[in-house]
Amino acid sequence: MLEITNLIKRYGQDEPVLKGLDLAVEGNSVVAIVGASGAGKSTLLRCINRLVEPTSGSITLNGTEIVNLRRRELRRVRRKIGMVFQGFNLIDRLTVMENVLAGRLGYVSLFQAVTRRFPAEDIERAFVLLERVGIAHYANKRADELSGGERQRVGVVRALMQEPEVLLADEPTASLDPRTSEQIMVLLQSLASELTLPVLINIHNVAQARSYTDRIVGLRHGTMIFDGTPGEFDKEALDAIYGGIESPEDATTPPETGSEERESDHDPA
Amino acid sequence: MVDNDDLLAARIWRRHNPREQLARYGAMLVTLMLVVWAVRDIDIFWPWVWDAPNQISSLGSRMWPPDPSRLSEILDAMVETVHIATLATMLTIFIALPVSYIAAQNTTPNRACLWLGRFILVASRSVNTIIWALLFVAIFGPGVLAGILAIMCRSVGFIGKLMGEAIEEIDRRPVEAMEATGASKAKVIVYAIVPQVVPAFFAIVILRWDINIRESTVLGLVGAGGIGVILQGSIDTFAWQTVATILVAIILLVLVGEAITALLRRRVI
Amino acid sequence: MTRPDPSKKSDARAWRKPPFIANPLLRYGLLVLLAGYLSWALATLPFNWERIGEGLPRAARIFGGGFPPNFSRFDLLLTGFTESLQIAILATLLGVLLSIPFAVMAARNIAPLPIYLLGRTVIIVSRSFHPVIVAILFVAAVGFGPLAGILTLTLYSIGFVGKLLAEEIEEIDWGQVEAMRSTGAGYLATLYYAVFPQVLPRQVGLSMYQLDSNLRASAVVGIVGAGGIGSTLMNAFGRYDYDFAFAILLVIIAVILISEGVSGWVRKRIW
Repeated sequence: MLEITNLIKRYGQDEPVLKGLDLAVEGNSVVAIVGASGAGKSTLLRCINRLVEPTSGSITLNGTEIVNLRRRELRRVRRKIGMVFQGFNLIDRLTVMENVLAGRLGYVSLFQAVTRRFPAEDIERAFVLLERVGIAHYANKRADELSGGERQRVGVVRALMQEPEVLLADEPTASLDPRTSEQIMVLLQSLASELTLPVLINIHNVAQARSYTDRIVGLRHGTMIFDGTPGEFDKEALDAIYGGIESPEDATTPPETGSEERESDHDPA
Repeated sequence: MVDNDDLLAARIWRRHNPREQLARYGAMLVTLMLVVWAVRDIDIFWPWVWDAPNQISSLGSRMWPPDPSRLSEILDAMVETVHIATLATMLTIFIALPVSYIAAQNTTPNRACLWLGRFILVASRSVNTIIWALLFVAIFGPGVLAGILAIMCRSVGFIGKLMGEAIEEIDRRPVEAMEATGASKAKVIVYAIVPQVVPAFFAIVILRWDINIRESTVLGLVGAGGIGVILQGSIDTFAWQTVATILVAIILLVLVGEAITALLRRRVI
Repeated sequence: MTRPDPSKKSDARAWRKPPFIANPLLRYGLLVLLAGYLSWALATLPFNWERIGEGLPRAARIFGGGFPPNFSRFDLLLTGFTESLQIAILATLLGVLLSIPFAVMAARNIAPLPIYLLGRTVIIVSRSFHPVIVAILFVAAVGFGPLAGILTLTLYSIGFVGKLLAEEIEEIDWGQVEAMRSTGAGYLATLYYAVFPQVLPRQVGLSMYQLDSNLRASAVVGIVGAGGIGSTLMNAFGRYDYDFAFAILLVIIAVILISEGVSGWVRKRIW
């Protein structure tokens, strides 16, 4: 269970990006975090695994306080937090298998990491997961030879290799075409229930958030202004989150229409 | 602009507008003054200048035809020259890589290391190989060791600077992803940084090897081993026909070196 | 899985990193070759260990004698530098001017084949020799002093600038040349109107770069007697004047850094 209380993040002396957020996520729920660009979504996710240092507040994962951990303990906690990135963040010149096994870097010794002598059960797990997402036959291909959707699957498998207790996804579909991004959303949703894994997804595409998640959290200017089920997420909530903000994405499209017909509207340019 | 329009109205065309013209004249004047100063002030006995073509052609005629009688000795010295360049390039790698690591802004452990690294690079690059050789011949006596050390001292700056730039230009995102898996700093380097700089590394080392072949041909002139020792000896004894053979041998060596470099570059990269 | 299945899939379960060089023969061959080369090189190189053993006390003496650097003969230092600067300026000017005809000769697209081969040969030969070797020959031909330095660096500049300029000329937009030819312009007029304007910015940048590298090189060619600060340095070293030698070295480093900065700034402004 992930619990965030009164999280504040400010860069230098500027206006805080996050202004006292409270959020609790448990079980296998898939939570979408929506909001305009600059609302603090990405900062929120990066505070959880401390790629960004929170200014104050508390974040606990299954009872462990994350905010004031020192290097070694921080790395131990980070192993338990998987992360999927908008730009996939794969190591292009390494093979798919090496990229996937990189998810075990927090567990293996430096010698094992350098020589690529990973434990047999890690390799087995890697193959099982690669088969689960349907790209096991690419194991020895270089990561930059794959298509965008395949690369994001590698990114997801890498995160799952960590045996995470929570999965963070930062705009996982924003670099993909509409069809592939639907597939990735389906994948994240089903993995959450298969592995009983809470998943936090930053997402621009409100239609996808509504169809593939159990809960939607709306951020605006670093404050949470909506928290509810997709069913409760209505026109009013949408306006509250995006209203008056000129968003480059056409996120203000009315939510009443079904997602399937409007996929192309959300094609990230 | 207005000026120009007036001119056009009056059907007068000039290549440059007055301000450009002034800048051009200024630059020319400065150049001219520098040249006049250099010519008038330099310590040259002018009759020698007018005699120089005669002297040069007379020297050239004394070199013809090249005398191959010491060919085997020359070949041995050539092999020694190549050894100096190759060993020095290989050994340099072990010093240049750590230096480039601390001299790159994104990997350096702290500011003190950054400045130390930059100081090493600048010091190494500012002193020419032959001056390094002079110093090492004074310390370790004439011979190949002085030559190897001289080439190394100059190459550290070259390889270190270019590798440092390669490290600074890497894609940050895989680094972020590796940090998020809970990998330690060393593992992040092995997985996210090393694969990205490997191609640059090979290109830089091959390039430097080519340069070092050229540089090691002159080490012998200050006593630091290689073909230069025989060259100096032949010049001192006015054995101009042997000098000619050596010069031809050097050209061939440099051309062969260039061909090998081109081949390696195509195969490796 | 009850027993190991020889099919591809169970092979894959025991994953190993695919080797950097796929062919095992080549992979181990290269390693053996490397080891063989290293032992050959180290075995045949003549190391005089006895003399090398004396190195540390000698280094202590040299560095002990070198610190603090002695700037008392500043006028001598200044004279040496002025001469280096003059050598660099004159050699750059001559070299850049002479590099133009050689570059035209060595550009395949505007020179007939025999001329092209001649131009290429001149450039290749002048690039193959380290300036110090050229300097020692010129010193033998025209005597000690800055004249040998100027001749050396002129040749050096022709080789470097000529090569890059020839490559630049080979990459020009050919349409402009055709346009000039179609107006009935002669060879030289075509060069002047259609070729030079396209390569001029590059040539100015190269000249600045060459001035900088000639200044560096002028410190080096002096070591074999071709004038400038290098000769001053060599004399100081020869007379075991280590404190003066270190003073010269420090000033050389400072001047090189300044000149690198200035030439970089000018090139940035021009490009």
